[in-house]
Amino acid sequence: MANISKRNRRREKEIANAAKNRREIIKAQLSRRDLMKAGLLTSAGYLIHKSGLSARAQFSGDCDRRWSSGWGGWGGGNGTPVSPPTTPFLEPMPIPPVAQPVAALTPVPTINPNTAGGEGRTRPHQAFAQFAPQKLYEVHQREQLISMHPQLPLQKLWTFNGTAPGQTYVARYGEPILVRNFNDLPTNNGGFGLQSVSTHLHNGHTPSESDGFPCDFFGQGKFYDHHYPNVLAGINSSHPGTGDIKESMSTLWYHDHRVDFTAQNVYKGLAGFYLLFNNFDTGNETTGFRLPTYPDFDIPMMFNDKNFDPDDGLLAFDLANRDGILGDKFLVNGKIQPFFNVKRRRYRFRWLNGGPSRFYRFYLTKSNLQNHPFWIIANDGNLLPNPIQTTTGAFIAVAERYDVIVDFSSFAPGSIIHIENRLEQCDGAGPGNTILPAGQGNKLLEFRVVSDAVNDQSVNPATNPSFYAMPTRIAERITRCFEFDRDNGQWVINDELFDCNDVRFKVKRNTAEIWKLDGGFNWSHPIHIHFEEHHVLKRNGNTPALVERGRKDVIRLGEGDEVEIYFRFRDFVGRYPMHCHNTIHEDHAMMLRFDIDDVGNNNEDDCGHH
Amino acid sequence: MSEVSRRKMLAALAVAPLAAGVVTQASSLKNLVGLQFPSPEKTEDASREKTRKKYFPNFELTTHEGKRVKFYDDLIKDKIVVINFMYAECKGICMPITANLKAVQKLLGNRVGRDIFMYSITLKPEVDTPEKLKHYVHMHHLKPGWTFLTGKPEEIEILRRKMGLYTSNTALDKDLTNHIGMVRYGNEARQWWAMFPGKANAPWIVESILWMDDKDAKDPHEGHDASKTRSKGVRTGSNKGGEK
Repeated sequence: MANISKRNRRREKEIANAAKNRREIIKAQLSRRDLMKAGLLTSAGYLIHKSGLSARAQFSGDCDRRWSSGWGGWGGGNGTPVSPPTTPFLEPMPIPPVAQPVAALTPVPTINPNTAGGEGRTRPHQAFAQFAPQKLYEVHQREQLISMHPQLPLQKLWTFNGTAPGQTYVARYGEPILVRNFNDLPTNNGGFGLQSVSTHLHNGHTPSESDGFPCDFFGQGKFYDHHYPNVLAGINSSHPGTGDIKESMSTLWYHDHRVDFTAQNVYKGLAGFYLLFNNFDTGNETTGFRLPTYPDFDIPMMFNDKNFDPDDGLLAFDLANRDGILGDKFLVNGKIQPFFNVKRRRYRFRWLNGGPSRFYRFYLTKSNLQNHPFWIIANDGNLLPNPIQTTTGAFIAVAERYDVIVDFSSFAPGSIIHIENRLEQCDGAGPGNTILPAGQGNKLLEFRVVSDAVNDQSVNPATNPSFYAMPTRIAERITRCFEFDRDNGQWVINDELFDCNDVRFKVKRNTAEIWKLDGGFNWSHPIHIHFEEHHVLKRNGNTPALVERGRKDVIRLGEGDEVEIYFRFRDFVGRYPMHCHNTIHEDHAMMLRFDIDDVGNNNEDDCGHH
Repeated sequence: MSEVSRRKMLAALAVAPLAAGVVTQASSLKNLVGLQFPSPEKTEDASREKTRKKYFPNFELTTHEGKRVKFYDDLIKDKIVVINFMYAECKGICMPITANLKAVQKLLGNRVGRDIFMYSITLKPEVDTPEKLKHYVHMHHLKPGWTFLTGKPEEIEILRRKMGLYTSNTALDKDLTNHIGMVRYGNEARQWWAMFPGKANAPWIVESILWMDDKDAKDPHEGHDASKTRSKGVRTGSNKGGEK
């Protein structure tokens, strides 16, 4: 341990030195020619990765082949700041508190928007009478001083009821709820963030007016009633009254989705978990699927990477970055590199890549640098048909979720295991193909095995338990094609730009569609489609990997990838977006709007033309 | 990288006179672990000042009317602004964007020049003299409140990068005909900064710009229920094949 932390400190110092050196170079106004003569700048224009000069690259591996930063200082796109040093694993990982319902809301919730009463909603609830809320929640989105690390100053974060990540909703199928979100954000944003919000439940089977569509935002002093029916897809269509149990979801999250300002607002704290239980996924390891009991052994973990101003230690967001922000500090549930004590038994962890832009490949690294295998049981919050044991890590893009089962029973008390990201990524465009050797990636969390007595009645994934089978497919009504590209720095989908008022196509309610997504060159995008889960039919012409053969709501488009997905749009109508969930791309308009109605259209766009 | 090779590299680095200086500078750094930071800023001005320093150097620019102005003091401070880059002889993306921004200016009406200010900064300051930019304004029949700017080439290059309006791919970035079509918009006093695509639908751009007005930000949004008839909108004729 002592050696590790010493090495970490040295690395941290190198990072700080590199920042200082870069500042000196800029101050000295050295020309590129000078730098090249001195052997410090390559002809491609970035600083050579020698010790102390480009420690960021060294920190996360060898990024020479990419055009990483090089432009001095920050406040210039890729010129990200180098955060002050922090000692890893000083504090325990926080677990966001469970949201508690209130007895009543004043004024009483209404089907039509209560505009006179200060509500920012513009459309009536479409399923309020059918699924009357059984629980009411009152949430105030407000600023709160929060510590992200003891060696950094308190941060003025934007929170849901004072916590970031926000409080966790523990919801049950068949128990509709209503969440009243108040916008109590402060007038001074401290440098970034917009005091106008739209709170999205990712990826609830939620009527459009409660979805948190990017353009359904509401300003300071207003509130917005989000009605979450907590129903299974099919409830008003293919499986009347019950919904299709095979469409069950488990791990959802909610976050701000304000058009053009999502990255800033979420970076500032506006995100949290929403867990859905039912009679199979019960939250009790003695019943149903017997998954580890919530909350003791079922733990949500939100991963983020962020930057902090080297001069004042405050959370820093580069307003000029268009490619994707990569942080050099890694947070779990809002703390930089925390530790988490575990007993010698199985745990369910709900991993969420909370962004803003980075792709991870998580491994569990033992202190002898060997991998500890684990089981992926859910992709994007949806239980897979069966658990999948992984020895090659978990590849997770922004907004993707993996529920995993980790068994600590083989460890002696006092053992240390790290969640380590070994995927090299040098810029916001996307990750490379390099998987770093064990111990040389980014350690995000330290598990410490404690000696407490153990009782574990949870299912052993090695026995290959079955969860939900894949839902039955029906014939698709239409196939649509989407090509994601870039035109003079503007994101385009089928050559067109985003406009909240522009309905690009209409899906007919209660029908199925196939969408072919075609990624552009040189970029990786996690594409998210609201409202329904999709099946991945083909990736680059092939059957997708086992872990992708579940129900998903985020599809990773790597450089030039072509992915074919199947949807069935059921029950509700209204507007929804498809967008890149690299929140920086999203805020630079990598998005389109589609509507669901009872007619639909046959707008295939460019299908078959490429 | 192993410890040995790292040391070797450091040694190699120290040979160059410049690098030696760098290493000396670095060694004078105090141990930053556990450094105590000042408490979070108390006032609005602290973060505004930080943002100004990071993004808005106070360079002197010249308007198309020959007036000398300071970038931050005269153009940005306390204003709602819209900023893009162009050059007078640009035959590619500048044409549709100028045309589109002209439509935006028209829709914004007399607010442009009053509380909303539009700026276009030339990417070819060595060619685009104030006279030439004035000619451009006349040729396109642009109204007051939209100012075209030129200045020292090296300062304009810094401005462009501070705005984030460049491409990470160095080779592509040098190709002016392929320059970035994104447009910065914001409200300096409120520290609200974002971008829109210059070729987006003009009414949508106008909505975005109006969010920067305090009043509009506070009022409930009227929503987007009146989904208009689908028109094909702006086809951008994207240059396929991987801008980076």
